[in-house]
Amino acid sequence: MTLDDEQLDKLAFLAQIAIAPSQHAALRQQLASIISMVDAITAADTSNVEPLSHPLDATLRLRADAVTEGDERALLQRNAPLAEAGFYLVPRVVD
Amino acid sequence: MDTVAAHARDLASGRVTSVALTQHYLNVIARANPACNAFISVTADLALTEAAAADARRARGDASTLLGVPIAHKDLFCTAGVRSSCGSRMLDNFIAPYDATVVARLRASGAVMLGKTNMDEFAMGSSNEHSYYGPARNPWDLTRVPGGSSGGSAAAVAGGLIPAATATDTGGSIRQPAAFCGITGLKPTYGRISRYGMVAFASSLDQAGPMAHSAEDCALLLQALAGVDPRDATSSPVPVDDYVGRLSQPLSGLRVGIAREYQEQLSPASAIALADTKRVLEAAGAVFSDVSLPNTKLAIPAYYIIAGAECSANLSRYDGVRFGHRCENPKDIFDLYSRSRAEGFGDEVKLRILTGAYVLSVGYHDAYYVQAQRVRRLIRDDFLSAFRDVDVLLSATTPGSAFTLGAIADPVAMYQQDIYTTTANLAGLPAISFPAGMADGLPLGAQLIGEHFGEARLLNAVHQYQQATDWHTRRPTGATWL
Repeated sequence: MTLDDEQLDKLAFLAQIAIAPSQHAALRQQLASIISMVDAITAADTSNVEPLSHPLDATLRLRADAVTEGDERALLQRNAPLAEAGFYLVPRVVD
Repeated sequence: MDTVAAHARDLASGRVTSVALTQHYLNVIARANPACNAFISVTADLALTEAAAADARRARGDASTLLGVPIAHKDLFCTAGVRSSCGSRMLDNFIAPYDATVVARLRASGAVMLGKTNMDEFAMGSSNEHSYYGPARNPWDLTRVPGGSSGGSAAAVAGGLIPAATATDTGGSIRQPAAFCGITGLKPTYGRISRYGMVAFASSLDQAGPMAHSAEDCALLLQALAGVDPRDATSSPVPVDDYVGRLSQPLSGLRVGIAREYQEQLSPASAIALADTKRVLEAAGAVFSDVSLPNTKLAIPAYYIIAGAECSANLSRYDGVRFGHRCENPKDIFDLYSRSRAEGFGDEVKLRILTGAYVLSVGYHDAYYVQAQRVRRLIRDDFLSAFRDVDVLLSATTPGSAFTLGAIADPVAMYQQDIYTTTANLAGLPAISFPAGMADGLPLGAQLIGEHFGEARLLNAVHQYQQATDWHTRRPTGATWL
């Protein structure tokens, strides 16, 4: 199993993590070795086996469609790196 | 005695006040933490205020079991007003606006929080070496790792910095550090304890649990922690057992299985400890048989696919916009996201997220992620089948004892540390690690895995084992701060 720079760049984009060129070689090698390790799973015979997404096969409970928490915007925005007038500020997205 | 049970008795009898006990532990933390780095944050003033409040509650006639007992929380439980860092630069500045249910329940029971413990970043690791705040160290030998990811909680309890701590276990993060540090740690059934306010790593695997010296202490904590929570739709409505009351049940007739697949890779010392543990349980009346869990070899691959996939989704929330680290002078929105995340996350977390992005990406989703979920069912069904013949399964917790810092640099080699522990998470089963021997001055742990919601039986079995052995009473001889 090998991974080329183009594949790594695609994963970095999907994950939205900037990767410095100096880290490419090490990351490619580590990711390739992880993928080789997990690849053992592809050989398992799972015909007629349903995927298990919840260990107890439970489904989510419904609750009453009622407001349980009030307006906590100011409290929550205390952790925001940049907020103003109740909005989160980011670089301009639409010109 | 430095156990929760002993402290609770002394507090109830008036032999000690919570303020005095809290001050004692704060003093130990001040002496010991520079060496073992078990705490990321120590909340001394808050602790003394809570302790005084606990003493006042007792004076008014409150007799809650944990009232006034000092505890610590792993630093991924949200604590209102106190930093919850997850061991990450990403959340170095994050002050949670609310308490996790785990925190709220222990606070309501009167337990006093002394601080937040060290951990592998976002609970990803088996050595605590992946912490932004530096590695916690094993009190038995400061050149060795305490295990991970709950290494700080384990080191704090083992080193006498705190009698008990909360922790989380996604693939062994309670049990492996418990084994390495010579303490008792319980991962309950998936959904037994609310995950509300517990920072998510892999949501279908994560479960909170207690770490302490004894099964009795773990039972006391679980009694306060367990139960359904309207704020966590995956918390279970199954009624909570009487964990403390059932500790004293005799073990006669307990059917214990040993899986042959869990003998592979075992160090000679761990094999001897396991045989000794079997003899002790047999003497207490347990009946042993061999069982097979044939899909065990697929557990590590399945685990690292599912955990990677779920972590890549869960950690997408850290975008530098609403909370957490934000890079300087982003030139556009993508630069903001990708540079904030590059700066905020450590190497291991990035590796796991990228692994998740790979197994979820177009062309690989079915071959890896869906296939891992199918294998997950096979692994769970192995257990359900074994539990038709036995009540619990006994194994070593880890292949060997604590390794030295820096000894395992290769991520894939590190992942093999979880060989005996990830299966319980994949199957959602409760499992407990307890001290079961020593080799070259280092503790060895044994593990019992139980049926869904079988925590009471696990705690009972380990409590009975601990009545017949003294491994859980051993303390690190080199811990000069004690």
